[in-house]
Amino acid sequence: MTALRNGFVLGPLIGVLWLFLVATAVAVTLSFATGMAFRPGLLGVLLFGLGLGAAALMVPRLALAAGAVALTALLMLTPLAPLITGPQVSTLSFILGAAMTGLGAALPLAGMLRPLPRGTATRHEAEESILHFLFWAGMVIFTAAVVIPFYVMVMTSLKSQGALLQNPLDFSLDLSKGFGLFRSYVELFRDFNFGSYLWTSFYVSVLTVFITLLFSVPGAYAVARLRFRGRAALSRSVLLIYMVPMIVLALPIYIAFSMTGLRNTITGLLMIYPVTTIPVALYMLQGYFRGLPGEVEEAGLMDGLSRLQVIWKITLPLSLPALASVSLYIFMIAWNEFLLAFMLLDDPSKFTLTRGVAMLNSSEIPRQHLMAGAVIATLPVMALFLGLERFMTKGLTAGSVKG
Amino acid sequence: MSNAGADHPPRARPQPPIVAAGPPRGTGALAKREARLAWGLLFPTVAIVSLVVILPLLAIFWISFKPVGLADLRPTQPVVSENFRAPDTAGEESRLDYRLRNSSQDMPITGVRLTDTLPDGLTIAEIPENCTLEGRAFACDFGDWEPGFRDRMRLAVTVDQAFLDAGLDPEDSEPVISGKAANLLTNFQFTTENFARLFSSDEFYQVLWVTIVYTVFGTVGALLFGLFAALLLNHEFPGKGVLRGLFLFPYVAPVIAVAFTWVTLFDPFSGSANALLVQMGVVDSPINFFGQRPLALIMVIVFEIWRYFPLSFLFILARMQSIDTDMYEAANMDGASPFQIFWYLSMPMLLGILSVLFLLRFIWTFNKFDDIFLLTGGNAGTRTLTVNVYEQAFAVSNIGAGAAVAVVVFACLVIFSVFFFRFMSREEGL
Repeated sequence: MTALRNGFVLGPLIGVLWLFLVATAVAVTLSFATGMAFRPGLLGVLLFGLGLGAAALMVPRLALAAGAVALTALLMLTPLAPLITGPQVSTLSFILGAAMTGLGAALPLAGMLRPLPRGTATRHEAEESILHFLFWAGMVIFTAAVVIPFYVMVMTSLKSQGALLQNPLDFSLDLSKGFGLFRSYVELFRDFNFGSYLWTSFYVSVLTVFITLLFSVPGAYAVARLRFRGRAALSRSVLLIYMVPMIVLALPIYIAFSMTGLRNTITGLLMIYPVTTIPVALYMLQGYFRGLPGEVEEAGLMDGLSRLQVIWKITLPLSLPALASVSLYIFMIAWNEFLLAFMLLDDPSKFTLTRGVAMLNSSEIPRQHLMAGAVIATLPVMALFLGLERFMTKGLTAGSVKG
Repeated sequence: MSNAGADHPPRARPQPPIVAAGPPRGTGALAKREARLAWGLLFPTVAIVSLVVILPLLAIFWISFKPVGLADLRPTQPVVSENFRAPDTAGEESRLDYRLRNSSQDMPITGVRLTDTLPDGLTIAEIPENCTLEGRAFACDFGDWEPGFRDRMRLAVTVDQAFLDAGLDPEDSEPVISGKAANLLTNFQFTTENFARLFSSDEFYQVLWVTIVYTVFGTVGALLFGLFAALLLNHEFPGKGVLRGLFLFPYVAPVIAVAFTWVTLFDPFSGSANALLVQMGVVDSPINFFGQRPLALIMVIVFEIWRYFPLSFLFILARMQSIDTDMYEAANMDGASPFQIFWYLSMPMLLGILSVLFLLRFIWTFNKFDDIFLLTGGNAGTRTLTVNVYEQAFAVSNIGAGAAVAVVVFACLVIFSVFFFRFMSREEGL
């Protein structure tokens, strides 16, 4: 173990691992961006990584980076390349690959190995540089894992079927097509009625939010503030109901709706959606109401307001941020809901967006249409989320672990 | 309630000594009013939730003991269709047909009765003995029909010239037919066959096993990756806010969008992931990620981890940021190494939230339906209990069997929640 803590052992070790990660990331990025052939070269990574790890202990950061880029470019012309390029790779991509690999490997590596001395390191120093490595490795892996699917989703929706089948890796865009890039979207809105699905999804979600708040605000207030027998039991059963799997309920609901003719109606959907979100909203809101100072409300009561007036004039204005996060969260649940929409709606004129996207999953409809549908379903909820992230994260943590 | 006697007991009770007088016991008028208000506020919620949650739950138990198929959802009823061939000239004999059938192949109908209004100028040559014609109102009693009954009543009719001139048609008035049939869903005929068949099939135990593997690995994986991500973002660095938002993407996006993206990405023929792996020389020929055992199950678990790590990440990060940093400084001064600090200081502090998250996520992963349904449709060894509910009820069209699986799912849930509430009462943190 002590030998492993030596700077000249640990440094090169981290150097190899990190270079491998960087070379793979660069290869994947460039392949996805240009459609040309890149891959990490294992032997090159091993030798160059060892060298880079050792050099990082002795050479200053900028010199290391410059050297690494130059050497990577040079090695890429030999069989010992850390990043192997295919025959038809353009000069520009070649230079880009060398620069990204060299810089990406050298700069973070210099940071990672900074705590290490040129000899035996203390446990503290060694662990610190391992932690640094883990931090960077985690960053690369997590970012890639999250970004790649979304990148593929957007890019596939902009390609044509032929181009996709020819080279599934080639996500480069033919910008000369201009507006023609959005052909799939135009077709979805024109031929597949997506405008109407978008509208249906929107108003179903908004109505769900309103109905949910209408029911859950008084309920949450009662559970949070008023004393009555059965409060604890009620509070628990809220949580319990929130755990009942939807598929168990979906079956009897399907039967009941089939018999009463509520299937294939938006009204039917609007009867079910709020009920699935009321327990969540109640649970989140009661937590927030509990945190509000009771004295303000008592002052209101003393001044002659009734309880309902207290809720309307004091509690609600004070809990606007909580109402915002709960509303956002419920909107997200309703917008993303798939199972019920899928089971209860058959009539294409009444589809919600998620049901409409599910319809696109057929062998007769090209993939880029499906992906364009996915983008249309994702964009609004993402825009809302990014715009109001502060509320959203608060809403997510405020007692909702549902998914 | 007018129970004035309660306030004035007939017998004088011994007065308690003054010293022992504490706060008033029992429920006073104010407390009663408060409780009434509380229930008033809660009533709409309780009512609608019972209607949509409790009622279906009872229904699913009921249905699980019934031999119902998808086709039985349509109520059994007599069906009639009328057909008339108009003659060319007045007085010429023509036909009026009533085609009759029982819509069900296994339920009888009793007391079937047909009524119809005939247009003016139409004469029936011979009225069948079970039918009557009063004015223009034509009525027939057919008695009882056995399951699958099918018949045709043919009437010989003549029409007059006025009928032809006016262009009348007996089909213009819809015949009305009625009858009584027991409904398979609401009658009192029960069977335990659904459960017997469920528990005796090998498939069920395989499904159970897949469910357990999926739930355990999905939950633990999402938790560990969430912890890792939270550790990453528990530092200050430029771009942290952007990354935090980015890491939540998989969770916020609609499941249908990301599931189909994964299917597209890992497609064996035109998927980019396969193209990349082949080009990098990792594999020789494309892999069918979602179509072969046991890879499909692993992929589904990976998807589950990918989609739900953001949630654990968010909770764990929130907890981490509430830990007092003084402690870390003290530990640092005492020479603790970073890993020691993590293991001996951070982990014990995070244990509470980790276990609550584990229990909750465990239950919800167990309940998960959409993800697997969209990724593999439950094929290639990825069928979990929830997917099986759907498969039995809709793919096999046996509602009763689906309900039986749903009951099993619900029973598991009850067991989990007992654990959960035991634990939560100790760990009331969330």
